[in-house]
Amino acid sequence: MARNEHITQNIDWLTVLIYAACVTMGLFNVYAAVYNPEEQTKLFDLSNNAGRQLMFIGSAGFLIIAILVIDHKFWEAFAPIIYGICIFLLLAVLVIGSDINGSKSWIKIGSFSLQPAEFAKLGTALMISKFITQPSVNLTKFRDLLLTAGIIILPMLLIILSKETGCALVFASFMVVLYREGIPGIYPSILLIAITLFILSLFFSPLYISLGLVVLAVIIFRFVLPRYDRNRKTIINLSVIFGAMMLFSASVDFLIKNVLQPHHRKRIEVLIDPKADPMGKGWNVIQSKIAIGSGRLWGKGFLDGTQTKFNFVPEQHTDFIFCTIGEEHGFVGSAAVVLLILGLMCRLIFLAERQRTRFARAYGYCVAGILFFHFLVNIGMTIGLMVVIGIPLPFFSYGGSSMWAFTILLFIFLKLDAQRPFTLSRT
Amino acid sequence: MSENRKFFVYGLFVLVGIIYLIRLLYLQVLDNTYETASNSIRAIPDVPMRGQVYDRYGNLIVYNTLVYDLHVTPNKLKVADTLALCNALSITRAEFDSLMKAAKVYSRKKPSLFLRQLSKEDFAHIQDVLVDYPGFEYVKSSVRTYSAPTLAHALGYVSEVSQKQLDTQEYPYYRQGDLMGQSGLEKFYEEYLRGQRGVRYVMQDVNGVAKGPWKGGELDTIAQAGQNLYTSIDLEIQQYVDSLMQGKAGAVVAIEPSSGEVLAITSAPSYDPALFATRDFSKNYAKLALNPYRPLLNRAVMGSYRPGSTFKTVQALVAMQEGAISPGSIFSHAGAPMKCHGHGGLSGVHSAIQWSCNPYFYHVFRRMIYANTEKNTFKASAMGLRKWHDYTQKFGFGQKLGIDLPSEAKGILPDVEYYDKRLGKKSWRFGQIYSMSIGEGDLLITPLKLANLAATIANRGWYIAPHLVKGIGKNDNPLPEFKQRHETGVDRRYFEPVVDGMEMAVVRGTVSRGAIIPDIVMCGKTGTSQNKKGKDHSIFIAFAPKYNPKIAIAVFVENAGFGGFAAAPVASLVIEKYIKRHVDRKAYEQEWMNKNFLQNVIIPKSQLPKPKEQKPAPTKPEATIVNRDKAAFNKLTEAP
Repeated sequence: MARNEHITQNIDWLTVLIYAACVTMGLFNVYAAVYNPEEQTKLFDLSNNAGRQLMFIGSAGFLIIAILVIDHKFWEAFAPIIYGICIFLLLAVLVIGSDINGSKSWIKIGSFSLQPAEFAKLGTALMISKFITQPSVNLTKFRDLLLTAGIIILPMLLIILSKETGCALVFASFMVVLYREGIPGIYPSILLIAITLFILSLFFSPLYISLGLVVLAVIIFRFVLPRYDRNRKTIINLSVIFGAMMLFSASVDFLIKNVLQPHHRKRIEVLIDPKADPMGKGWNVIQSKIAIGSGRLWGKGFLDGTQTKFNFVPEQHTDFIFCTIGEEHGFVGSAAVVLLILGLMCRLIFLAERQRTRFARAYGYCVAGILFFHFLVNIGMTIGLMVVIGIPLPFFSYGGSSMWAFTILLFIFLKLDAQRPFTLSRT
Repeated sequence: MSENRKFFVYGLFVLVGIIYLIRLLYLQVLDNTYETASNSIRAIPDVPMRGQVYDRYGNLIVYNTLVYDLHVTPNKLKVADTLALCNALSITRAEFDSLMKAAKVYSRKKPSLFLRQLSKEDFAHIQDVLVDYPGFEYVKSSVRTYSAPTLAHALGYVSEVSQKQLDTQEYPYYRQGDLMGQSGLEKFYEEYLRGQRGVRYVMQDVNGVAKGPWKGGELDTIAQAGQNLYTSIDLEIQQYVDSLMQGKAGAVVAIEPSSGEVLAITSAPSYDPALFATRDFSKNYAKLALNPYRPLLNRAVMGSYRPGSTFKTVQALVAMQEGAISPGSIFSHAGAPMKCHGHGGLSGVHSAIQWSCNPYFYHVFRRMIYANTEKNTFKASAMGLRKWHDYTQKFGFGQKLGIDLPSEAKGILPDVEYYDKRLGKKSWRFGQIYSMSIGEGDLLITPLKLANLAATIANRGWYIAPHLVKGIGKNDNPLPEFKQRHETGVDRRYFEPVVDGMEMAVVRGTVSRGAIIPDIVMCGKTGTSQNKKGKDHSIFIAFAPKYNPKIAIAVFVENAGFGGFAAAPVASLVIEKYIKRHVDRKAYEQEWMNKNFLQNVIIPKSQLPKPKEQKPAPTKPEATIVNRDKAAFNKLTEAP
């Protein structure tokens, strides 16, 4: 009993409130997305997706209670086992998985399907948090970095094998926690430079990028570096760095044209110019922007959206649920959702920073990072700023696996946070 | 050091949040291109039935028949066998290609009109076939249907709105493919006839399948049916006039003098209005436009003729009112430049009208023009003409009478400025304009104006602008301008000698004996309109009975010669038919129905078929015209 009192007193109610708000809004928008004006769609009806979503939320409630009851030390202690189970499931899905939408990533249990990839994020987050916060592990050491990368890349590869590239990309979000936990700044810098160069090479030919890089290198050498640094050694270093950058941008061009599968390449092309293929890959982007744009300031009203019904927007109740929000609730509604998720992420960082154990802090950063990646990509693709990658909007999108996985992910952290007063030291 | 890195993480989150908020603000509030591209709501126009047209006794003249318009959406179209489709639609491959090209030019994604006005029977035939051709859809529409092949000019026609009309419309009502009245009553009363189009907003899914009303039909507007037109046309008389005018070019306008209501209005040669209500509209139009007798010209309101001697009535009235002459004035033939037709002694205005004496009216006009004290003949002529013009224009000459038909011609009633411009200021006098005294010279009138003159004389001094529509929809009244009485300013008593003269002209004067109607006192005046293109036009104006007149009429028969000869019999038969509802003079009727003056009509060179085509210049009108008249005639004669 005492423990339960502690929980109700110490749990971060603001986060719970934001969570509840997101889940409720998500439910109503899933209902609006599947709502058919011709036949009255009932919310409490398992035959439609809104009813099922309600059931997912209800069962998530039981998961929350279970997590809050389970001892907080369990997660840190059992992290390797949970990670192992996830890896096992990812392997299993390759063998017994059902084929849905061309990707073999679902395990069918009765009438429900489970997507192990969603839970792999959770397992990896726990494993990473445990591994990098071991006193013996030093993230500036190359060997430890390699091991860390291995923990992340192993599930990634398995997910890519089951043809869920979008889900695999989410693992890039662990860069956030690594950064916070002391990975040398050079690695995120390299990542940022690589992303910048990648985006640039989508729009410009490698030749122009190389020219620009040469000019940049000359400027740095002549005007930025102090006089005493302008020696032969610096020139060689700069040449190597900028040469690598040129090589990278050239290889991106090669990568897109020769290595990427055609449907991936199309997605990138339509991001640059959706009108290039309006009825094909560009369709999603255009329809999604039309739906959101037609909402104007105040929106068309609950259930009065028209673009997000009738299949104009694909995946309108899952990955493109943000379109329904944008259409029916306008700028006011969509901005509120953006601010809500942004608030949740910042709150998580705040909570993570006040943790007394490094594990809890690292795990908090993992959760915030994963949420951020989904936020970045999911909303970004609906408003035409990101490549269309099929990942859900946390707590909003329809889907049992993602609803459960995100709920567990979040509430493990809330449980850790609630135990903070009783944890004595920072290890 | 790592502690500070949290700020970078916060910064990254907030930066992305702000970028997304700005993007959303732009998409949803600042830029409305995405809103207008919204494609899930389809506005379905609900085109109401066009108003029907009735005659004065409530008989239907124009009504609507349900037809089907076939629309095509080029992008959705899948045609495996074009030839089979063409056969099913009974069009040629070339027609199919050109129709499809037009549709593609309009839009590849949106449906556009492919075949218009398929009858129920045709549609039933192709409906089954079309199932195999996605991309075609049909829309119910209606087509104008005529209870009798008459009144083509007055009714006008309806056709698809042109690009120019779309671009120039003041209030943006019409859209591509809409129908619009293009001439006649259909054009004049377009806004009443068309009704108000309604719009239903329907949600559709990505495949264009309707998914129920948007917002529960809150924004829908209900179509309002077009208003019916109740005309003053007497359909029986109208068809009788048509049959009398067969084989003739010209016009007949009959008016009820007391109300200005048009009883019959015919322009000959005419055509069957149904020709323009089919999907062969353009073919038929082109055919009629090339016809050398110009059947498309509405001679009744657009044809400009000289009034000839019918104008002498006006000259007498105006001169008497001015005091230039008195009802008993007598003038010798001496000094007049034109000859007299030969008659007994004159005893005043009435006998001059009776015999249509040219020298007499030369003097009348001369008196009128010089009825002032000015010594300079140039100045005196100008003064006189100005006064004369003031009088005569009150009869409606030289201006539009304002009939409810578009493109009414003004005609010409020369005034001082007219001659100043043509002959130079103060350089003209009576000697140059005297031919107007007998309705020749520069005067130009339309048959409608002469019918109005007949009505004005019948009314002894006033008229109501002639009009065809006496009730619109639920309103029993014509437009307000058709209730207004126009006074000529000529005293009632001066009409008596003129009316007497017109009565005597029929009984024992210029009008041929056969035109006398037993039991009915008809007052008439012949006219012979000189023209450069062959034989004179025959003109006759009349009204009857003499007291309390029921009908006033003007008849023009082109190139038929002397006025009393051709036009008077037609007028006399129409009057008898209208007043008695039957004609006793069967042989006379038959004779004039069969008379053909078309061979006299001189076809302008520009209208002649080009020698290249190696077609002989037709001496008879197109078969369709003659056949139609015969059919109408047969119908009439069969009726008891």
